[in-house]
Amino acid sequence: MKKLLLALALVPVLAVFSAQASEDGYRLDHAPIDPKDLLSLQSGARTFVNYCLNCHGAQFMRYNRLTDLGLTEAEIRDNLLFTDAKVGDTMKVALQAKDGKAMFGVAPPDLSVVARARGADWIYTYLRTFYRDPATPSGWNNAVFPTVAMPHVLWTLQGERAYGPAPKGESKEAGKAEEGGHGGEQEMQWTQLTPGSQNEVQYDTTVRDLVNFLVYMGEPSAVNRKRLGVVVLFALGILFIFAYALKKEYWKDVH
Amino acid sequence: MASRLMALWDWFDARMPTVAEEYRKHMAEYYAPKNFNFWYFFGALSILVLAIQIVSGIFLTMNYKPDAALAFGSVEYIMRDVPGGWIIRYIHSTGASAFFVVVYLHMFRGLLYGSFKQPRELVWIFGVLIYLTLMAEAFFGYLLPWGQMSYWGAQVIVNLFGTIPFIGPDLSLWIRGDYVVGDATLNRFFAMHVIAIPLVLLGLVAAHILALHDVGSNNPDGVEIKKHKGPDGHPLDGIPFHPYYTVKDLAGAVVFLAVFCAVLFFLPEMGGYFLEYNNFNPADPLKTPPHIAPVWYFTPYYSILRAVPPLFNSQFPGVMAMGIATLILFFLPWLDRSPVKSIRYRGVLYKSALAIFVVTFLVLGYLGTEPVTVWGQAGAWLGHADRATVAARILSLIYFAFFFLMPWYTSIDKTKPVPERVTM
Repeated sequence: MKKLLLALALVPVLAVFSAQASEDGYRLDHAPIDPKDLLSLQSGARTFVNYCLNCHGAQFMRYNRLTDLGLTEAEIRDNLLFTDAKVGDTMKVALQAKDGKAMFGVAPPDLSVVARARGADWIYTYLRTFYRDPATPSGWNNAVFPTVAMPHVLWTLQGERAYGPAPKGESKEAGKAEEGGHGGEQEMQWTQLTPGSQNEVQYDTTVRDLVNFLVYMGEPSAVNRKRLGVVVLFALGILFIFAYALKKEYWKDVH
Repeated sequence: MASRLMALWDWFDARMPTVAEEYRKHMAEYYAPKNFNFWYFFGALSILVLAIQIVSGIFLTMNYKPDAALAFGSVEYIMRDVPGGWIIRYIHSTGASAFFVVVYLHMFRGLLYGSFKQPRELVWIFGVLIYLTLMAEAFFGYLLPWGQMSYWGAQVIVNLFGTIPFIGPDLSLWIRGDYVVGDATLNRFFAMHVIAIPLVLLGLVAAHILALHDVGSNNPDGVEIKKHKGPDGHPLDGIPFHPYYTVKDLAGAVVFLAVFCAVLFFLPEMGGYFLEYNNFNPADPLKTPPHIAPVWYFTPYYSILRAVPPLFNSQFPGVMAMGIATLILFFLPWLDRSPVKSIRYRGVLYKSALAIFVVTFLVLGYLGTEPVTVWGQAGAWLGHADRATVAARILSLIYFAFFFLMPWYTSIDKTKPVPERVTM
């Protein structure tokens, strides 16, 4: 019986782990995010309102909720609010869905809960794998999301890059020094075409902070949730001691 | 003070003695076998989860908007702007899965100890009705967040009714109230989820418990405790439900709540099984997701549905198989021909059959969450068929064999002698 119980308990655990294996295609990098790192979250919020919020909205996220990140409402109004919205408003975008569709072929999706739909690793890898591709309407393509409609909005930071099959016989070091991703049997490699204003480490940090912010925005109460969970489990632990003692007392005569 | 309360109670009791009578009948003088083990927690826990779902559901309806344009946003409003809203929402979403976890374990207990056998056939039948009603409740509720999986899951399941010959297309149109799942569908599913099905569920739960208390509880030994009564007329191996099992179930409920809260506070999505990732994308009738998977508690049946090949371009045989797979549960009391109830005194045949059945059910459930390509393609000897489909076909046959062969293997099984009294 014990063995059976153990086996039954293991099944969902195994299933959960197998679900987190990488999707097919480009190998996803692990996003080194920290939901308690307020500086990183503030930096991510700045990148978000400067680069993303022009086309993408976050219609369920209120500006004044950013007080979670250690900012005052005045700081939010002065540094992160560029429209005529009030600080209690949600992060709506002026771009109409139908204009977005006309411009990009698809309306830019709302990003309020995008991190919960896509996962942090996906976004972290996606934002770092844009490359120049003359065959697409925007002139950009992406290794994680092929033929994506979005151009590389952060390109001034990362610079322009190319992604293609590594020439045969040449050293693989160039490819290895960049990313470890590969799209099948053929070795693929990244090449920097023009430099951006940030070097690779700086750019990865920028994207890390942005993803950190997107994850926060997907569930602003997540940090609080875990903190409360510890208290609740502790209280249930105490309650169990009394409940078990009560049961023991009542049952001591049952043989 | 105490005498005042007693006087008040006497006043009440004189005018409505039913309350005290029913309390005695179902609690203080309901004699339950004294040898209940771990598996006997899940009945009481099902009631607890039902209460959790009703209460959290009431609070959700205070802020949820059953409107195709507003539903997704209202859920996010609950998650962000309603004070404590995220807890209520996670209680309800975790509760949905927890309900199926405890009900599946409760049903497994029935299979272990033969609780469905004579004289408890009606208890079992009401239980299966509760299970089917719970599936309907979960299905209607899953549309309400109006995410991609809500939308396309509902689309797929309503289309299953469309495969029924002749009346199918009209039937599915009638269920949806529109040609595709839309605002009309959301409104009626909301009505079904918050009032119609819960009423049915409560009635069935009452019938399940009343039927149980008329015949008395089974126990891990599968012996009837009413056969041996003491001079006071109470079963020798029975103890009053209250206080013995109320205090025991209280301790069990605390442990259950600890597991429940661990999921709620630390893993509310449960790796995409309790809250599917794609359901954080708002419903889009123009964008079919590449992989539509129902929530985990439906996936064993979804696997059976997918495993059956279409006939004359119709998925109806698969739908039939899925229907039979659930309805066959009703016949279990008559399929089992064993003279003993409990697994403790059954022979190797039933023990093996049950073990194989549990593994089959779990693997079918796993396969139902994955695309059919999950295990790659088999070699030329199987015509390069998807391995997962081949496995699901074999496992579906095993699922049905467990039931259809039961009259045979339970009647030839070599059983052990059953003791007269319960063992501790």
